Amino acid sequence: MKPISSGSEWTFDLIDRYDAAIREVALGEYGLDIYPVQLEVITAEQMMDAYSSVGMPVNYHHWSFGKHFVSTEKSYRRGQMGLAYEIVINSNPCIAYLMEENSMTMQALVIAHAAYGHNSFFKGNYLFRAWTDASSIIDYLVFAKQYITQCEERYGISAVEDLLDSCHALMNYGVDRYKRPEKLSLEQERVRQAEREQYLQTQINDLWRTIPRREREADGHAAPRFPSEPQENLLYFIEKAAPLLEPWQREIVRIVRKVAQYFYPQRQTQVMNEGWATFWHYTLLNRLYEKGLVTDGFMMEFLQSHTNVVMQPPVTSQWYSGINPYALGFGMYQDIKRICEVPTGEDRAWFPDIAGSPWRDTLDFAMKNFKDESFIAQYLSPKLIRDFRLFSIRDDDRDDKLEVSAIHDEGGYRQVRELLADQYNLGSREPNIQVWSVNMRGDRSLLLRHTMHNRRPLDRGSAVEVLRHVARLWGFDVRMESVDADGHAREHFEVKAPTEAYA
Amino acid sequence: MAHIIDRRLNGKNKSAVNRERFLRRFKAQIKEAVARAVKGRSITDIDSGESVSIPVKDTSEPVFHHGKGGVWEHVHPGNEEFVKGDRIPRPQGGGGGGGSGQGKASQDGQGEDAFAFELSREEFMDVFFDDLALPNLVKTQLSGIIEMKTVRAGFTNDGTPANINIVRSLRGAMGRRIAMAAPMLASLNEAEEELDSLLESDADTDLDERERRRRIHLLRERLSAIPFIDPFDLRYNNRVRQPKPTSQAVMFCLMDVSGSMDEQKKDMAKRFFILLYLFLQRAYDRIELVFIRHHTSAVEVNEHDFFHSRESGGTVVSSALNLMKEVVHKRYASSEWNIYAAQASDGDNWDSDSANCARILEEALLPVCQYYAYIEITEGEPQNLWYEYLRIREGKRNFAMQKIRDAADIYPVFRELFKKQQGVNK
Repeated sequence: MKPISSGSEWTFDLIDRYDAAIREVALGEYGLDIYPVQLEVITAEQMMDAYSSVGMPVNYHHWSFGKHFVSTEKSYRRGQMGLAYEIVINSNPCIAYLMEENSMTMQALVIAHAAYGHNSFFKGNYLFRAWTDASSIIDYLVFAKQYITQCEERYGISAVEDLLDSCHALMNYGVDRYKRPEKLSLEQERVRQAEREQYLQTQINDLWRTIPRREREADGHAAPRFPSEPQENLLYFIEKAAPLLEPWQREIVRIVRKVAQYFYPQRQTQVMNEGWATFWHYTLLNRLYEKGLVTDGFMMEFLQSHTNVVMQPPVTSQWYSGINPYALGFGMYQDIKRICEVPTGEDRAWFPDIAGSPWRDTLDFAMKNFKDESFIAQYLSPKLIRDFRLFSIRDDDRDDKLEVSAIHDEGGYRQVRELLADQYNLGSREPNIQVWSVNMRGDRSLLLRHTMHNRRPLDRGSAVEVLRHVARLWGFDVRMESVDADGHAREHFEVKAPTEAYA
Repeated sequence: MAHIIDRRLNGKNKSAVNRERFLRRFKAQIKEAVARAVKGRSITDIDSGESVSIPVKDTSEPVFHHGKGGVWEHVHPGNEEFVKGDRIPRPQGGGGGGGSGQGKASQDGQGEDAFAFELSREEFMDVFFDDLALPNLVKTQLSGIIEMKTVRAGFTNDGTPANINIVRSLRGAMGRRIAMAAPMLASLNEAEEELDSLLESDADTDLDERERRRRIHLLRERLSAIPFIDPFDLRYNNRVRQPKPTSQAVMFCLMDVSGSMDEQKKDMAKRFFILLYLFLQRAYDRIELVFIRHHTSAVEVNEHDFFHSRESGGTVVSSALNLMKEVVHKRYASSEWNIYAAQASDGDNWDSDSANCARILEEALLPVCQYYAYIEITEGEPQNLWYEYLRIREGKRNFAMQKIRDAADIYPVFRELFKKQQGVNK
């Protein structure tokens, strides 16, 4: 067949033809399941805009996005940083941005990577299916933006900004890890917002109206504990139970919480998601090459950027900054494919159920049913551990030296795999902080509990800063204790209620 | 099929609001930076952006994260020499060593300690004006881009149909027709002559004759195929945009630099001069600045010396006025130049000199000046110079004076001036 094009300039017609060719291979030959694709050509400046509003095409206004924009712009202008080639939005239709500066090869790479790779991941992976509703996210953000703008008009920019600051500080603690969120459309959301506002306020008032009655305590029953169980979703708890918040403030807390929830699966599937997209752009474009649809020059340019993307500097390198999720993910999918197609004896021993199986089905199963943590625990093979020369280092503050706890050898494979999987476990990566109790009878103070993992302490400075934000939302004093494995409180934090709390 | 959308033309500045929010939030810090910049800049250079840096700790967004300590076990790639059980000394200096296993430690911000960014010209001017409490109308007037007017500038080959210049186009067409036809006409004439001579001769020339007639026919056809007018001939009226103001002005800055004028007062004076400069810049193409500083005697100096050198001793204001009079006389004939003057002082003057000043001002300077503004930067009671000037002010439209304590008091000095300008614009 004749190559589609040979120059490096792109045109809309060429993009269309490359997309058609990639689509034919991706859907026809490999059977990827995707949302409809919407390719949007944008300028570098628009890319920076998109960057700084966390990649979304619409978002509410906040100074932190401005700060992000200012610093991106600065480093881009000075040439310190290239912009990402692509941003892709988990929506239906799936929106992928193509930057106008890219060459034709790069556009094809981005189309394969984002519009087919990421897109199929968004549609297939269970976390995205459960947590995000691709068809309604843009609508929801439109609602959020309008609502927040209205609030700014009514209550002043500063009041809204302060509230958003406080919510952002707790954004990582605005997720129900075990509950499945409901899907909502824009219209429903608007109606429900109004109902919620009225209902909630009556509930709150009732909650506190019960407090001052002394007689009940006198008859010997301990007052019921509130909340009855520790709450991991701090924002949800604040939205529902903070005594002094106005209805509109609760709604904004809710908006931030919803947005946090939307991004939650992305934080949990870095390796899987990027690896999947990288695997597919590599596979798809190589297939185009086999079919004679792209030139040698195209492949050279493509392979050069691909190599950059999956580059993993070793720990001794000055460029080392942790494990590259693109490299690890790409390596793992390639490895799974290899185990399916040409398993060695070792593979048969470690992966009896996938060695020799059809690779497309196996890969799909792996993509759909795991998150980074479990994906690594399940599929990281001894061969890949050797290829990456992975080893683990134990850093115990009671020990004056670091210790190499496992390396890429027979005795270490399992431990390395376990440790690496744990490294991607959000639960152990981020401090585990939950709402413990509220002092209902006394000063109404809120008690948070940080459960220490491996004796790791909280960073005190930032913790106090965040607690100030919590206190601003809660309206009364906030305390927090760090509790070690034996249940002994190791550290205490306390922040007084701000005088200008929302009242 | 994939949907391809060209978004390049819509919404460029989506982040503009967020950027503005960011500036709003750090207004105090930015104000400080702008004040510093004003101090460091030349008056004529006031009209550009500025790089601003604010402490990183102010801009950080806190989240809960782990501190140093406890047990960390990290997996790294690229093992070269280690085997299980090796013990390695802890690398010093936190995040520096790759193997420290404390990736989190770098989060507590050992990196940069300042968040730096660029303010655009508009943003810079905005903050600057804020300080001076300018009315909005004046703000937009000052920071706006210079008004342009369209003037004729010959003809071009390209333009909109409305701008076609018919005479030029037809003249061009005629020239082209003549030029294109010339060689053909020449060979046509030649062929016709040959035909005539053939016809006259008696020889049997049938073949030649037919050949000539065909040639003549062909040439005639080609001649008629030359178009009467061609897109190539079209000429359009060309218009270019030029900045509107076209006259020149000179601005005199007079300042007392005697011992009693401290840095802070000079800084205030500088803002006063800048404001007048900005106004003039709006109205005039070319502005020259003359700096005259004085204590007991006056000298003309460059801008740097004007603001930065220290002098001490008494004060004779009339010396500066006399010098200005001289300079105007020598270099700036009032028929060609619009003369503006701004005088800043702390009000000290040698007693018997004040009456002298008033006289020079009234007789020699005010008649030639477009506007003369005087500010007295002082906390205390006005002194005799003030009273003398006050006397002059009666009935003079081009003289303004003001006692100021802070930057916001400066604008009223110019109120009259800006009012005039607005009236003209309407």
